[in-house]
Amino acid sequence: MPPNAIEVRELHKSYGRFEAVRGISFEVKRGEVFGLLGPNGAGKTTTVEILEGYRERSAGEVSVLGFDPDHAGMELKQRVGVVLQTMGFYPNATVRESVEHVAGFYPSPRDVRETIALVGLDGTEDKRARQLSGGQRRRLDLALALVGDPELIFLDEPTTGFDPAARRTAWSVIRRLKELEKTVLLTTHYLDEAQELADRVAIIKNGLIIAAGPPSELTPASASYRVSYDGDGGRVELETDDPTELLHRITSEALARGDRLRNLSVSRPTLEDVYLELTAEEESAAVTPESVPT
Amino acid sequence: MSTTATLAWREFRFQRRMFWRNPTAAFFTFVLPVFFLILIATVFSLKQSDLNQLVPGIAGMAVMSATFVSLTYNLVFIREQGILKRIRGTPEPMGSYFGGVISNSIWNAILQVVIIVVLGHVFYSVPWPQDWIELVVITVIGVAAFASLGIAMAQAIPNFDSAPAYVNAIFLPMLFISGTFYSTDHLPRAIAAIASALPLKHIIDGLYGALVSGKGLEHHVPAILVLLGWCAIGLFLAVRYFRWE
Repeated sequence: MPPNAIEVRELHKSYGRFEAVRGISFEVKRGEVFGLLGPNGAGKTTTVEILEGYRERSAGEVSVLGFDPDHAGMELKQRVGVVLQTMGFYPNATVRESVEHVAGFYPSPRDVRETIALVGLDGTEDKRARQLSGGQRRRLDLALALVGDPELIFLDEPTTGFDPAARRTAWSVIRRLKELEKTVLLTTHYLDEAQELADRVAIIKNGLIIAAGPPSELTPASASYRVSYDGDGGRVELETDDPTELLHRITSEALARGDRLRNLSVSRPTLEDVYLELTAEEESAAVTPESVPT
Repeated sequence: MSTTATLAWREFRFQRRMFWRNPTAAFFTFVLPVFFLILIATVFSLKQSDLNQLVPGIAGMAVMSATFVSLTYNLVFIREQGILKRIRGTPEPMGSYFGGVISNSIWNAILQVVIIVVLGHVFYSVPWPQDWIELVVITVIGVAAFASLGIAMAQAIPNFDSAPAYVNAIFLPMLFISGTFYSTDHLPRAIAAIASALPLKHIIDGLYGALVSGKGLEHHVPAILVLLGWCAIGLFLAVRYFRWE
């Protein structure tokens, strides 16, 4: 078994003259939750749909569980679960009927009741899909993707439109998938979601990966720490790679002046800061390929 | 192959269950042709020769509405709802899925023809079929032609809301020129030529032959060729222009 569930090398996809994906490379290890993060139109969904076999790539190498998705047959589909935003199911089928029907396509599906419980839809088994709330319908999508007991799961913006409680449930399902040693490729534009769930993320913009790595190690190009306090003329913000040295200097200066640094705080930039900096419209924010951690 | 067949049977049963869950579709498929039969026979208090024309006409209409009309709506619906896209992401073979979806429509067409033939005999004294083989052959080929045309038609329709406009633009005029409600022996020549080029008239003529005149299949060779031709055109367009989303 290859160590990576997904390998992508120099993937390109053009629609006529428009290049939606302009040469991206990444890999997803087995058992990993990998987040593909980016603004709308960045190329996330195109990339994921190529991996799922819905679209043919224009150039590059792609391997999903060792298969080329353009030429893979049933064997790959039996091992992959897909949740896309644009997928629906029969509105007049009940939750149980839907999950049971899809379970029948797989050689060794999960238990239907257990799958329904896994996504938190227990109690709604006899409701028709059309009677479900938006959040419940997305959970049904998740149940339909999981019932075949796939080893690799694609989740395209799985919590868009969820209320906070439903998001927590979805997150716990994704954590549970990780415990079950499933591989998950997640696209999202919620930064907290990527930070919360993903082992590694790739930030994609204009069809290029502009940063990649574990969320905690992705820091803005400028500096890794922010130190701030209330000065005489307003809030003072300092950036540094060495907060110990900086704090020692500014606090000793303040003590020497007999001053107090009010509301002193030290913070790591969040993934959000990184994301906003990287995806800002200025082209200067683009990172050269050499600076992308692999 | 056996898995594909088993899954197709399973899909067919699922489609049947879903069909009965949608009362509007069930109404149009089962009640409308019967309603037309009773209404026209009553309002125009038809003579026996007219009834002998009307019953095969309504049976032909039922074949078209169960396959061409309902199948087209159904395909546009499953595409628009993202059901096609979901199925494509699962290991269900496409042959099983479309086998189930299409046989659902075909089964409706067959049930309809049986209902109309029985009602025609019991209430309107139309004889029992003279030629059973002809009845089966014409029904099967007619269903195949309109089912493949329905699949092709669905590819031309942009969304579910506009589907009735597209479908009725073809369905209703074809009903009126094909001898569904009355004999078309005295149509203007140009319109008669159009009707002869289209499939519905040949289904109705074939059913008339099977139910009433008992002339036999050998008198319907050109009709069968026209129907097979439409079947081939429909399949070609359906495969050539098929859209998943």
